[in-house]
Amino acid sequence: MLKYSVKRILGMIPLLFVISLIAFMFVHLIPGDPARLIAGTDATIEEIENIREKYGLDQPLYKQYMDYMGNLFQGDLGQSIVTGRPVLDMLVERFGPTLRLTLASMAWALLFGLLIGVISAVKRNKWPDHLSMFFAVSGVSIPSFWLGLMMIQLFSVQLGWFPTGGIGGIETYILPSFTLGAGVAAIIARFTRSSLMDVLKEDYIRTGRSKGLTEFKVINRHAVRNALIPVVTMSGLQFGFLLSGSIITETIFSWPGLGRLLINSITARDYPVIQSEILLFSLEFLLINLLVDLLYGFLNPKIRYEEGS
Amino acid sequence: MAEAATRKEEEQEKKVTPFQQFWKSFKKQKVSFAAGVFLLLLFIVAAIGPFIAPYGPQEYDYDNLLSGPSWQHLAGTDDFGRDIFSRILHGAWISLSVGLSSVFIGALLGTILGIISGYFGKWVDSAIMRVMDVLLAFPGMLLAIGIIAILGPGLFNVVMAVAIFSVPVFARIIRSSTLAIKSTLYVEATQSIGSSHFRVIMKHIFPGTVSTLIVYFTMRIGSAILIAAGLSFLGLGADPSTPEWGAMLSNGRDYLNNAPHVTFFPGLAIFLTVLAFNLLGDGLRDALDPKIRD
Repeated sequence: MLKYSVKRILGMIPLLFVISLIAFMFVHLIPGDPARLIAGTDATIEEIENIREKYGLDQPLYKQYMDYMGNLFQGDLGQSIVTGRPVLDMLVERFGPTLRLTLASMAWALLFGLLIGVISAVKRNKWPDHLSMFFAVSGVSIPSFWLGLMMIQLFSVQLGWFPTGGIGGIETYILPSFTLGAGVAAIIARFTRSSLMDVLKEDYIRTGRSKGLTEFKVINRHAVRNALIPVVTMSGLQFGFLLSGSIITETIFSWPGLGRLLINSITARDYPVIQSEILLFSLEFLLINLLVDLLYGFLNPKIRYEEGS
Repeated sequence: MAEAATRKEEEQEKKVTPFQQFWKSFKKQKVSFAAGVFLLLLFIVAAIGPFIAPYGPQEYDYDNLLSGPSWQHLAGTDDFGRDIFSRILHGAWISLSVGLSSVFIGALLGTILGIISGYFGKWVDSAIMRVMDVLLAFPGMLLAIGIIAILGPGLFNVVMAVAIFSVPVFARIIRSSTLAIKSTLYVEATQSIGSSHFRVIMKHIFPGTVSTLIVYFTMRIGSAILIAAGLSFLGLGADPSTPEWGAMLSNGRDYLNNAPHVTFFPGLAIFLTVLAFNLLGDGLRDALDPKIRD
């Protein structure tokens, strides 16, 4: 297990290097002079020169990258062009709301996804299965921006049950987390169904039934527990997608998180913020994938056994 | 007599082409079949939409601003009094072509890279797959937004963004199919009689990957349409005045309180189209996967 973990962690280093390079190159990839882009359209030549000097854009590229990495390790992500505040402070401030929204969405997704998946597998090819799977395909096909807006229209405008947007008490979490979690719930449901159906074919399930266990015990004690191993790892991967998938949901519900900050920064051409967000989102995604891989290795006896032998 | 009948049956069985076998299996899946018919009709509507639409996409009716569905305007009108139903018909072509073209470019590049990677192996494989790993290290939507931030907003750039993030998905799948086909006896035999790499790839490897390609192609169109509409919704895609479904839906956000139909109908069009592609993809997978078919 240790060997496997070390191998996986070491394997990430080149990827981290390339991602840092991409995030660094971001401003240089945009057509035009980076200093002019940062300074804005109505900047004077003098202002552009100042920016060039301030951001070290007059230095050779390799030197700029070294400086960028040096600053990165010291936690200096530069300053926002729009607000003038340190980018790191802005990201820290926005991270909490995004994480809380993602966790709430994951809770919905797991609750509905597992329930629908288990019902579907147990009642295979009967009407509950067909109905559940229709919901699951619908869940992956429904545009989250449409679902969110329609829920605002029904539950906030018509019924007045929940606020239309913003962050506050628990009631502000319901609609955004449901919108964000719907797609993932559908994916978890489909995955649980196929995983459970595979387990239900195993010999030990037949043994359980033949020794007179109730169907509930067979499903609950033996089948679901074994079927959950791949589902847990897949749900972990979905968590990584959710963190970045919140871009649209945060925009609809005026949620003060990282996703909305990214869209606002793109609209305002606030390049230092966009650059740092790209770096942060991909780092989060990679780290979650790594954790999921390690968790899979831990949960799956086959990998443990291979290492042991 | 019985022998003759058996022989006749065997002969008939032999005559069944792979396509006939697929068609027989696909027809049994009623929901997927219905989704296929729906999409066929949608393509026809997309092609003739501008001719059958009751109004033009930019035809203003200032007497009917934000009016609800009626016989005069089946899906109501927007803030400029434009007929939403007509705009959906006009926009069908845009949404379908954005979805199809982006996945086509992604699939084409991904297939070429996947086959090269799987067939030649060694450092070629490592080099290509590491680049694909880097692309996969970015969550899809973020990659698309990053590309748009570099290229600038617009429908063409949306197509490019969605295409780029589809490349690694196809490359990985086609690579694993290629590896499986490459190790079969008939490919080894072809190589041993001195066939060129190009011939082996075009005659044996590529045809073997086609069924996988068809399934993933269909399934990816749905997500491509969703992401493209999402980008337009965020104001990074189509110009707000274009009858693109995502942009139309975004326009309706400000009128959610008094005119929800402006948002409802374009969203419904996106939902039904993506749903149909996903259902068709599921059906094609089941019909083309020999394990399930047998």
